[in-house]
Amino acid sequence: MNKSNTILYLDGVSVSFDGFRAINNLSLVLDKGEMRAIIGPNGAGKTTMMDIVTGKTRPDEGEVFFDGQVDLTRHDEAEIAMMGIGRKFQKPTVFESHSVEDNLMLALKGPRSIFPALFHRRSATETRRIDDILGVIRLGDKRDEFAANLSHGQKQWLEIGMLLAQDPKLLLVDEPVAGMTDAETEETARLLKDIARDHSVVVVEHDMHFVRELGVKVTCLHEGSVLSEGTLDFVSADERVVEVYLGR
Amino acid sequence: MIAQRFLSADRRIAATILALLAAAIVVPLLNLAVSPQSAFYIPPYIVALVGKYLCYALLALALDLVWGYCGILSLGHGAFFALGGYAMGMYLMRQIGSRGVYGNPILPDFMVFLNYKELPWFWHGFDHFWFAVLMVLAVPGLLAFVFGWFAFRSRVTGVYLSIITQAMTYALLLAFFRNDMGFGGNNGLTDFKDILGFNVQADATRSALFAASAVTLALAVFVTAAIVRSKYGKLLMAVRDAESRTRFLGWRAENVKLFAFTVSAIMAGIAGALYVPQVGIINPGEFEPSNSIEVVIWTAVGGRGTIVGPIIGALLVNAGKSWFTGVLPEFWLFALGGLFVAVTLLLPKGIVGMWDGWRGKARALRAASLAAEAGADPQAPEPKIVRSAARTPGAWSTAGAEPQPAE
Repeated sequence: MNKSNTILYLDGVSVSFDGFRAINNLSLVLDKGEMRAIIGPNGAGKTTMMDIVTGKTRPDEGEVFFDGQVDLTRHDEAEIAMMGIGRKFQKPTVFESHSVEDNLMLALKGPRSIFPALFHRRSATETRRIDDILGVIRLGDKRDEFAANLSHGQKQWLEIGMLLAQDPKLLLVDEPVAGMTDAETEETARLLKDIARDHSVVVVEHDMHFVRELGVKVTCLHEGSVLSEGTLDFVSADERVVEVYLGR
Repeated sequence: MIAQRFLSADRRIAATILALLAAAIVVPLLNLAVSPQSAFYIPPYIVALVGKYLCYALLALALDLVWGYCGILSLGHGAFFALGGYAMGMYLMRQIGSRGVYGNPILPDFMVFLNYKELPWFWHGFDHFWFAVLMVLAVPGLLAFVFGWFAFRSRVTGVYLSIITQAMTYALLLAFFRNDMGFGGNNGLTDFKDILGFNVQADATRSALFAASAVTLALAVFVTAAIVRSKYGKLLMAVRDAESRTRFLGWRAENVKLFAFTVSAIMAGIAGALYVPQVGIINPGEFEPSNSIEVVIWTAVGGRGTIVGPIIGALLVNAGKSWFTGVLPEFWLFALGGLFVAVTLLLPKGIVGMWDGWRGKARALRAASLAAEAGADPQAPEPKIVRSAARTPGAWSTAGAEPQPAE
């Protein structure tokens, strides 16, 4: 298979934890600029797959390539983040004792070593970039608020904003609408579609309405490998998928 | 509101620095220039005692940088303090020269007693003050760097890290107890005569050491505040609150911790070096794990994650200790233990945190009454926002303190 035009390329990836095969011969290809939704029941290996891509977990076997040529199994989290893979966790994880603005400031693309951070003065470009992102994630009026005081949905958006600040090529977004109201869910779908215009995005989500809203190709995982792939209608018509979700 | 908060935190730090600098001038003056009959006279033993407390305060501040701001609960900071103390002690030993009991111009008394034929290699250079100062900084700094390099790289965190820091100081305790280590064994280093040519027992020297301690502490407050305010300081707290998030943003959390840990160890070493000439002895007892735990208590009592808190905590607890051990010596350890339990249960943010809480509440009440006077103002601060006013940026927050797993 040709990797040259892919942003993410997984082939024959397996990983076990204490004998349990969390990922089993998984192959998944994401084209540059594509947005993909990944669904699957609990324990299907969705989060483990993200752990492998972001360097948190090393696969036992298989190939993981980013941008056609970078072997991700040889790098750690910080290096992979610097190459341009951003990740949003299932549970919104922001820096609660910092203001919204400072959260974004820490995420902004730039040198990642200690001494530049120690003597850092914020430039006008950085302020402009933060303003832009605050506009995109609709938190402009909360910039001085502590992240701890944001609502659940706002924290999710802030975390997505932090991903954007990193200026990644690929965003991995784990359950962005879990615990959101319907209005927030709709807003999030709009936000992600905006982002997908100039980024590649992988969204893991349970909420089928949300996945339909995104209107992109869907991959269904089950027991650590791909069960079905195609449009949402195609996948949800697949008998095996129905079986897995309804538990036969 | 935010600007106001920054201002008040800034003002508090500036006030602390000014108070320390003032003490550095006033206390020696009241000791040296005022006649002993005057009501304003400060006797030399008070100067030495408070000077010692200032060294403890510097040690507590050092611990706070890693514990309060980065969540690294080190139970071995006493080791860095003692190493700095030993480096200074070695200099002071070499200054004794031939005035020792055995009159050997090169070898300190304990080496003559233990039949050393020549000075061990690691004692060379300590006859120069500049070399001793260099070692005061380098030895604790290097140990912390090497220790932190391995610990943080292997992602040892939480209670496991606390345990290995404790093991580190205990191992050093056992090593320094040995006579053949060449550090005076059980008795340590003592009988100091001169520092930079001045008699360590003289009132003027004691006052100078006091002033040096106060100025150094003021400088450390300034440096710590600058570190904590910088982008790096924000990153430090970010690592404390959500380490995995920082990793996936591309930061190397281990390097962030390593820098703070090394800086903190150097500060602790300086504290030890100032302490030794004021108390006149350094022995392996300074490596006792219980000493390091006491530092944790001072910091907790004053308020971790604040800069002024650990200083207040160290001064108060040690003043209490001096008083208590005079009145009821058998009960001091119980009182200390009780204090720690009480602070943990009743004042989780320490004295300074509690004070901020009160101030925040008072401000909230004022804002509420103002809003009531002005009628139903839709822009009135909601209770949620007001509660946050109690927390200075970077102060230890119960909400943010819980580790957030990556899933």
